[in-house]
Amino acid sequence: MGSDGETAGDRSAALRAVGLSKIYGSGEVEVRALSDVALDLYAGEMVVLLGASGSGKSTLLNILGGLDTPTTGSVLFEGQDLTASDDAGLTRFRRDYVGFVFQFYNLIASLTARENVALVTEIAPDPMDPEEALAVVGLEERMDHFPAQLSGGEQQRVAIARAIAKRPKILLCDEPTGALDSKTGIIVLEALESVNRELQTTTAIITHNSVTAAMADRVIYLADGRISRIDRNASRKAARTLAW
Amino acid sequence: MVGRALDRKLLRDLWRLRAQVASIAFVIASGIALLVMSLSAVEALRESADAYYERCRFGNVFASVKRAPLYLQRRIEEIPGVQSVQLRIGAQAVLDLEGFAEPLMGRLVSVPEGEQPILNRLVLRSGRFVAAGRTNEVVVNESFAQAHGLQPGDSISAVINDRKRELRIVGTAMSPEFIYVLPPFALVPDKARFGILWMGRKALEAAYGQEGSFNDLSLTVLRDADTRPIIRQLDALLEPYGSTGAIDRRDHLSAWFVTNELKQNEATARILPTIFLLVAAFLTNAVLSRLIATERSEIGLLKAFGYSSAQVGAHYAKLVVAIVLLGIALGWVLGAVLGRISTGLYAENLNFALLIYRPGPSSFLIGALVSLAVALGATFRAVRGAALLPPIVAMRPPAPPVFRRRRGGGGRLRSWIDEPTRILIRQILRWPRRSAVTALSFAGAVGLMILSLQFTDAIDALAATHFGEALREDLALGFVDPKSTTVLSDVERLPGVLAAEPMRFVAADLSSGYRTHRGAVIGVGADSRMTRIFDVERGPLPVPPSGLVLSESLADKLGVRVGDDVWVRVLEGERLLRSVQVANVFGSYIGTAAYMDIVALNRMLGDRPMVEYVNALIDEDRLPALMARLKNLPAVSTVALKHVAVASFHEIVAASLMVFVGFFSAFSFALGFGVTYNAQRIALSERGRELATLRVLGFSRHDALYILLGETLLLVCVALPIGCVVGWVLTAIFVNASGFQTEMMRLPLEIQASTYGLSVLFLLLASLVSGAAMKRQVDHLDLISVLKTRE
Repeated sequence: MGSDGETAGDRSAALRAVGLSKIYGSGEVEVRALSDVALDLYAGEMVVLLGASGSGKSTLLNILGGLDTPTTGSVLFEGQDLTASDDAGLTRFRRDYVGFVFQFYNLIASLTARENVALVTEIAPDPMDPEEALAVVGLEERMDHFPAQLSGGEQQRVAIARAIAKRPKILLCDEPTGALDSKTGIIVLEALESVNRELQTTTAIITHNSVTAAMADRVIYLADGRISRIDRNASRKAARTLAW
Repeated sequence: MVGRALDRKLLRDLWRLRAQVASIAFVIASGIALLVMSLSAVEALRESADAYYERCRFGNVFASVKRAPLYLQRRIEEIPGVQSVQLRIGAQAVLDLEGFAEPLMGRLVSVPEGEQPILNRLVLRSGRFVAAGRTNEVVVNESFAQAHGLQPGDSISAVINDRKRELRIVGTAMSPEFIYVLPPFALVPDKARFGILWMGRKALEAAYGQEGSFNDLSLTVLRDADTRPIIRQLDALLEPYGSTGAIDRRDHLSAWFVTNELKQNEATARILPTIFLLVAAFLTNAVLSRLIATERSEIGLLKAFGYSSAQVGAHYAKLVVAIVLLGIALGWVLGAVLGRISTGLYAENLNFALLIYRPGPSSFLIGALVSLAVALGATFRAVRGAALLPPIVAMRPPAPPVFRRRRGGGGRLRSWIDEPTRILIRQILRWPRRSAVTALSFAGAVGLMILSLQFTDAIDALAATHFGEALREDLALGFVDPKSTTVLSDVERLPGVLAAEPMRFVAADLSSGYRTHRGAVIGVGADSRMTRIFDVERGPLPVPPSGLVLSESLADKLGVRVGDDVWVRVLEGERLLRSVQVANVFGSYIGTAAYMDIVALNRMLGDRPMVEYVNALIDEDRLPALMARLKNLPAVSTVALKHVAVASFHEIVAASLMVFVGFFSAFSFALGFGVTYNAQRIALSERGRELATLRVLGFSRHDALYILLGETLLLVCVALPIGCVVGWVLTAIFVNASGFQTEMMRLPLEIQASTYGLSVLFLLLASLVSGAAMKRQVDHLDLISVLKTRE
């Protein structure tokens, strides 16, 4: 674990990407979002992906989570090639192993916080109770509120509770604090930190905010669809000590 | 356990979308309700007619003779297959009611004194049967009594065998024999001008000198007995007594009309709701696909969580099934209630003494299954479209299609079109498929309105052709017996008569091969100006010096064409059998007429020139004097005034055909409203964010509303001409549907400009009204939330 000083290199890769490329459109309007990206995510580590807009962060994350498919290359999860899976295989992968947190929460407006979490626990093989998941993010008091009755930070914590309630192997967060002020953002990051620590969930966070990088085991920089640099932090900073 | 949260979402979504849910359910309900209403009404009428015939022991075979001895009864009963025989005396009479200017026509029918006849029983509605020994007592048919406010105790005078007699009404009744009370020579029933008078047998015997004899016969046959051999033997037996030939119940005037009426209703009941249901299904499809398309990002989200496409599909299928079930339930209830009402209205028009409304499950099931299948098909396609996308793509709003700027066009577009207009035009052009489907659903709604409204046009056109072009006389007079041609000058001397023309009406069987039609050959003068052979396309046709001119429907029935020969067996006098060539065939909307030159007809019959009818043109101002005179002419048995016939035609047709048509029109208008409302509602949910953003950027509420409604209105305008074409096509399909054209009538394909206009105006109005409802929503767009969250 990052906190007790072990290096990530000692652990096996939870998710391995080999030679990933993603090309949108064709001909004149062809856009190369990813070019030949290779990356290992190790079990239990926390990585932060940094990069400018259009650098390919989201595309990479979506492909790693089975939300999208690469044009070429493959993603290996527990030795299996996800890119060889059909839609049903990818669906199973997401259902059983992956949690997502999006920048704009994507809560179902017509369901309460608890029900939004239940939406995921009902189809997962070994979930926690929705109440338990909401307690992890400190929202046990507001379980029966509808999204419209919650603040932005609270909504994002519901989204995190929803993502972790299935006890995912991998938690993928796309700009989880992007729509939040710094105080609320830190509360959200604390929630992610505790999930990573307590559940040993491999966590990847996309952000624009380089301050966030300090809480990661590794920081991966992307530019123009390629990994330009990977930094390893000697030690992780606690989220509550961050400020921006 | 699985899906509890989803199910809760489902319920809340249904509530959130309640206005749309209601309007979609209503579209579905209207299709089902019409189907259920029409089919169950037809089913009920058929059942009611059968039950009525059964209960009153309506005869299976009928015959009339000049005069035959009563002792034939035993020999008739001995014909194999005959069950019961009823021998009666029947006669035609002119009636005179005080306070009614015209002479009325009546049919006198003998009944046993003080009891029910063995066959063709009466359903007594008030009063009692005629008592034994009272020669002036009559029971009259209820509809005639109602038309004149007659009650037991009132009296009526009748010219019976050249003597005017005062009759006392002792009761009113209905009979399966006179469900259709059709005056001779008339097209439609006339409740007021034709009455049935049931009179004691002894009284009629005495009045007509028919002691020990009969001139009218009806009999029932054993269950499943074939009537054809019975009719053959009966004809042979009765021929010496002046029989015009026995007929099966099928050809009995009232029963034939009832059958035709039912057939026509059944065709209407099958074809119209089917068209309606299909159009409603298309609208349901269009509306649901678009509704689900707006849920695209939620579908993506559920997929991102690991819900399979099947699970997501099932979720939306449940949503749709809930809406459809609501529509089905509504349609069933509405259909059953309306079915009952329309059956009641029909039964009243048709003089049914009893009414059975016991709809079977088939119409309910057909409606429900079709609607469900269509809705699920639409859902399947729409959900599949979203579920097949990678979740991350589905979660994003659909990528805008590449907009191609036409060379030079963009500049011109910019120069004279303002920004909001350009937005709405591009919205239409960028999603051509969706715009096309929306426009088509508007067109479908307009088409249905036209289909519903054109009935009035068709009936008017039919009446105009039949009464205005073919039968141009003001008055037709019929006589108790055929008269010599000198009667023509007698008629011309009557007050107010301007001109008179003779007409022969000879009862005959026309046959070709195995096909037979029992009807009549009508003899008209070659120079006839009143009764004309009028082809609906070619106009008046000349009367050929020899040969028959058949109406298209009769030619079709006999399977003959111009140049073929037809056997004509005359059903009176010497019962001649002649082969006559078909000289011409004319298109007609009504009836199965066969015309012949009157001179040729006389020659064929070998008679001296005779006439059964005289047509006349009259001076309207002297009508009262003419009517007063006709009331006292014993030789006249029929007085048919054209303007009365036209009025009663409209009245009767309006009352029967228009029952369905009224409901159809109401539903098609409701459907038109539902479709425009839904289209705008969905446009709002698709564009809500965009409109709010425009508002944030400084566009006014007016601009936002303009962009929202402008798109719909523009599509409506595109749809209107298409809708008119759709209406024409649907109408053409409808009037040409084989089931709808009966021997009695076929509808012309005639749509007035006003029908198009009304349908078009209504759709415009509907879109403006639902647009007004949208205005409130646009005024209250949440501008803040747009800035906070992404699409």
